[in-house]
Amino acid sequence: MKKKYSVAIIVLLLAACGRVEPEIPVLTVMTHDSFAVSDDIAAAFEAEHNVKVIFLKAGDAGSAVNKAALSVDNPLADVFYGVDNTFLSRALEAGIFEPYASPLLAGIPDEFELDPENRALPVDYGDVCLNYDVAYFEDHDLAEPGSLEDLLKPEYKGLLVVQNPATSSPGLAFLMATVGHFDAGYLDYWQGLVDNEVKVVNDWETAYYTEFSRWGGQYPLVVSYSSSPAFEVLYAEEPLDKAPTAAVTAPDTCFRQIEFVGILKGTQNRALAEKWVDFMLSTTFQEDIPLQMFVFPVNPQAVLDPVFQEYLVDAQEPAFVAPEAIAANRELWLDTWRQVVLR
Amino acid sequence: MKFAQSWRVAALWALPLVFLALFYFYPLGSILAVGFGRAQAGELAAIFTALVSPGIRSVLWFTLWQAALSTLLTLLVGLPGAYLLARFEFRGKALLRTLTGVPFVMPTLVVAAAFNALLGPRGWLNLALMAIFDLAAPPVQFINTLGAILVAHVFYNTTIVLRMVGDFWSRLDPRLGQAARTLGATRWQAASQVTLPLLLPAIAAAALLVFIFDFTSFGVILVLGGPRFSTLEVEIYYQAVSLFNLPMAAVLSMLQLACTLALTAIYTHLVSRLSRPLTLRPQAYTQKQIITRWQRIFTGATLIFLLGFFTLPLLGLAARSFSRLEPERRQRSHVETGVTLDFYKELVENPRASLFYAPPARAITTSLGYAGITALLALGLGLPASLALSQRDGSVYSRLLDPLIMLPLGTSAVTLGLGFIVALDQPPLDLRASPLLIPLAHTLVAFPFVVRSLTPALQSIQPRLRQAAAVLGAAPAQIRRYIDLPLVGRALIVAATFAFTISLGEFGASALIARPEYPTIPLVIYRLLSQPGALNYGQALALSTILMVVTASGMLAIERLRIANVGEF
Repeated sequence: MKKKYSVAIIVLLLAACGRVEPEIPVLTVMTHDSFAVSDDIAAAFEAEHNVKVIFLKAGDAGSAVNKAALSVDNPLADVFYGVDNTFLSRALEAGIFEPYASPLLAGIPDEFELDPENRALPVDYGDVCLNYDVAYFEDHDLAEPGSLEDLLKPEYKGLLVVQNPATSSPGLAFLMATVGHFDAGYLDYWQGLVDNEVKVVNDWETAYYTEFSRWGGQYPLVVSYSSSPAFEVLYAEEPLDKAPTAAVTAPDTCFRQIEFVGILKGTQNRALAEKWVDFMLSTTFQEDIPLQMFVFPVNPQAVLDPVFQEYLVDAQEPAFVAPEAIAANRELWLDTWRQVVLR
Repeated sequence: MKFAQSWRVAALWALPLVFLALFYFYPLGSILAVGFGRAQAGELAAIFTALVSPGIRSVLWFTLWQAALSTLLTLLVGLPGAYLLARFEFRGKALLRTLTGVPFVMPTLVVAAAFNALLGPRGWLNLALMAIFDLAAPPVQFINTLGAILVAHVFYNTTIVLRMVGDFWSRLDPRLGQAARTLGATRWQAASQVTLPLLLPAIAAAALLVFIFDFTSFGVILVLGGPRFSTLEVEIYYQAVSLFNLPMAAVLSMLQLACTLALTAIYTHLVSRLSRPLTLRPQAYTQKQIITRWQRIFTGATLIFLLGFFTLPLLGLAARSFSRLEPERRQRSHVETGVTLDFYKELVENPRASLFYAPPARAITTSLGYAGITALLALGLGLPASLALSQRDGSVYSRLLDPLIMLPLGTSAVTLGLGFIVALDQPPLDLRASPLLIPLAHTLVAFPFVVRSLTPALQSIQPRLRQAAAVLGAAPAQIRRYIDLPLVGRALIVAATFAFTISLGEFGASALIARPEYPTIPLVIYRLLSQPGALNYGQALALSTILMVVTASGMLAIERLRIANVGEF
C-alpha cells in the first residue's frame, strides 16, 4: 500500500520537473497580486511578438519585492512590475534591475521618473487621499477638511479611520503624507490625531468595509484612494448619478504612489523584456490600466474612461518624500509611529 | 526480531522524512542561513539583545497566554459537543459535524464581517440593545478587543476538538465507566477517574493542535484583534515584509520554532505515559438513545449552542449575499427587503475581460483539485508515520521524530514562503513557480493533523489482536489490512477531512511564490474584497457562501466514504 503512495508522489514530482520544451519563446513577468490586464491586450502583445507571456503573482507589493530581492542571483522572471516608490529603494539596493532607457520615457512627465539611471520605469500612479461619506457630511452640515491640520479640529473629532502603516500600503502612504507635510513635526501631528480620537485598523478592507460609515460603520472619514469614489459609481448595485463618497484632494493632503517596471538582472530574454516594458508604457496598455488595476496611467496621452473624467479628481500637489528618505527612515518612522499611536 | 522491528520502523519513516527534508527542513534551513548571513558581525549580537527587549518579551508573553486561554476556551466549548457526538444517537449527526467544521476554512476577513454584522457597532445585537434601553451609543465593544480574538479562535478551532475527541470517545467502551458505577463510583468519579484518563491522549492531541494554531495566529490577530495586539507571527511578518529585516525575522522564527518544539516534547512525554491499549468498540455499540429529561436538556442546549455559535454568523453572511446592500447606507435599522441574485450573476460574468478573471466554477474546481491532492499526499505520508509512531516498543526513531512532525505547523508562513524561493531554485526541484508547490505546502500543514488523528487510534489497538492474527499466519501487510485498517477507519476519515479542509482554507500558502492561472476560491474572495464598490463587496459575500457550500458538501462526501468498506468494524 505504501508503494502505491510513493509511486503517486514520484509521478507528481516528475510531472512538476519534466518541462515540455516550448515552441515559442516565453517571457515571464513577476508582479504583485493586484496586477490585472485585459485578455485581448495581453493576447495582442503575444501575437505581435510571437511570445507567450507568463505572469507570476508573488503576494502583496512588499512581499513581491522581497522575493525578487532574494532571488537576485537566479531570477524567477525577465521583468518585474509593481514596485512602488515606498519600496523602490529596497529593489534598487538589492540590485534586481538592469537599466533600460525606453524611448517611450520621452512622453512621460519627469515628476514620475524617480530613478535617474532608468532601472525602474514609471507605469502608473494612485493617490492615497482622505475619502468622506457625502451623505453624513450633508446631514451634519459639515464642510470637507481642507488640510491635514483641519483633522485636528473639534468638528472632526472621532470621525477618521486610518490604516496601520506597518501592515497596510495606503496606511504607509498616509503616514508618508504627514511626514512630507510636517517633516519632523509628524509625530506631534499624530499625537494630535490620537487626541482627536482617530481610529486605527490594520487593513484597508476593515477600514473601508467595516468602519467607514458609507458601509455601515461609524467613521465618515477614511484613508483610501482618490479613485475610490469613481469605483463606487462604477461598481454600484444600481446605476448612480452621483458618487456617494468624495475624495479630499487639497494640496499636501495626499500621497502619490507610483508603480514601476524594470528588467530583472540576468534575464535571457533582454530583447523581449524591452518590448514588454515599452508595451507597458504605450497607450494601449496605459489605457487599460484604470479599469483593471484601479490606478492611473503615467502616460498623458492615454485617454481615460468617461466615468473617470467625471468622477476622478487628481490630488493637487501631493505631499512628497524621496524614496531614499523612505528607505533610510522607514523603520524609525514606523517604530515611533507605533509608540505614539498604539501606545 | 528486535532488529527486524526497528528496520520496519525505519522503512515506515523513510517517505515522510524525505518529504519533510525536501520541502520543510531544506527551505527553512536555507532562509535562516540567508537571514543570519545578512547580519553583520556586530548586528547579530544586537538582534539577540533585541530578542530579550521588553517589546519582544511582551509579544512572546501575549502570544503564549492568548494561545493558552484560547485553547482552554476551545476545549470548554468542544468537549460537551464531543460528548454529544460520541455518546448519543440522533439524526443529522454528520450534518452537525459538518456545519461546525465550515468555519475552519473561512477567510479571516469574511469571518470578521460575519461577527461584525452580529456584534459590531451597527450589528444586530447593539442595534437591539440600543432600541430596548434607549441608548445613544452602542454598548457592546467587540471588534478589536481581546474578546474578539478569543471568540474567533474558538470559532475556528472547536471543530478540531469535536472531531478528534468525539471520534475517539465514540469508540471508547462505555462498559468501563459502567463498571465503575456498579462498583459504587459516583457519576463524577466515574467520569474523572475512568473516562477522562482514557480520553486524555485524544484530548491532548487536539489541544496541542489548537494551541499551535492559536500560537501562530496571524489573520485573526490582524483583523479581529487590530493594531494593538501582536503575536510572534505578526511580528515576523512586520520584520520580514515591512522592514525586510531578515536577521530579526530569522531569530523570531527560531524563537517560535523553539516554543513549538518544547511544547510538542512535553506533549510526547505526557502521552507516552498516558496512552494504553483499549478495546475499541464499534459506534453502534457505544451510543445511547436520548431518554431521560436531563439527556434531553443536555442535548437540546448543546445543539442550540453549537448551531447558534457556529452557523448563525455564517448564515447571516449568506443571507446578505442575497440582499441588496445599498439600503444600509443611511438607516441600517431598516429591515432589508430587497432580495437579489445580482452578485451571483456578476460572478459568472467578466465585464472587464480581465486575463485573470476566474469564473466560480473554475475557482471551485481548482480549490477541490488542490484539496484532493493534499488529502492524498497527507494520508500517504501520514499513515506510515502514524504506523511507525504507534509501534509499542518505542523505537528510538519514533521518540526522536515525533516532535519534528509538528514543526511545520509552528513555522511562520512568511519565513517558509521565502525559504521556498531561496532553496527550491535549481532543477530538478525548481518548484518556485510550479502550481504543485501549493498542494505541497498545504500538505505540510495537513500532515501533522493526519498523524495526530491516526496515532491515538492506532496506539489504542490491543497488541493481542495483532499477535493473534500473526499466530494464525497473517503476514504484516494482512494484519494492517484486516486488523489495523478496520479499527482506524473512522480516524482515517477524520484525517482526510482535516487535510481536505486545510487545503480549502489556504493555510499560509498565500506566502508562496506565484500562482497565476489557478486562483482558488479564497484568493478570489480576497481580490474582490480589496476593491471599493457594492458589486465587489456583494460578489465577495456570494463567493464566501459558495465556499461554505463547497466545503460542507466536500466534508459530507468524505463522511460517506467507507474506506475499503470497513468504516464500521
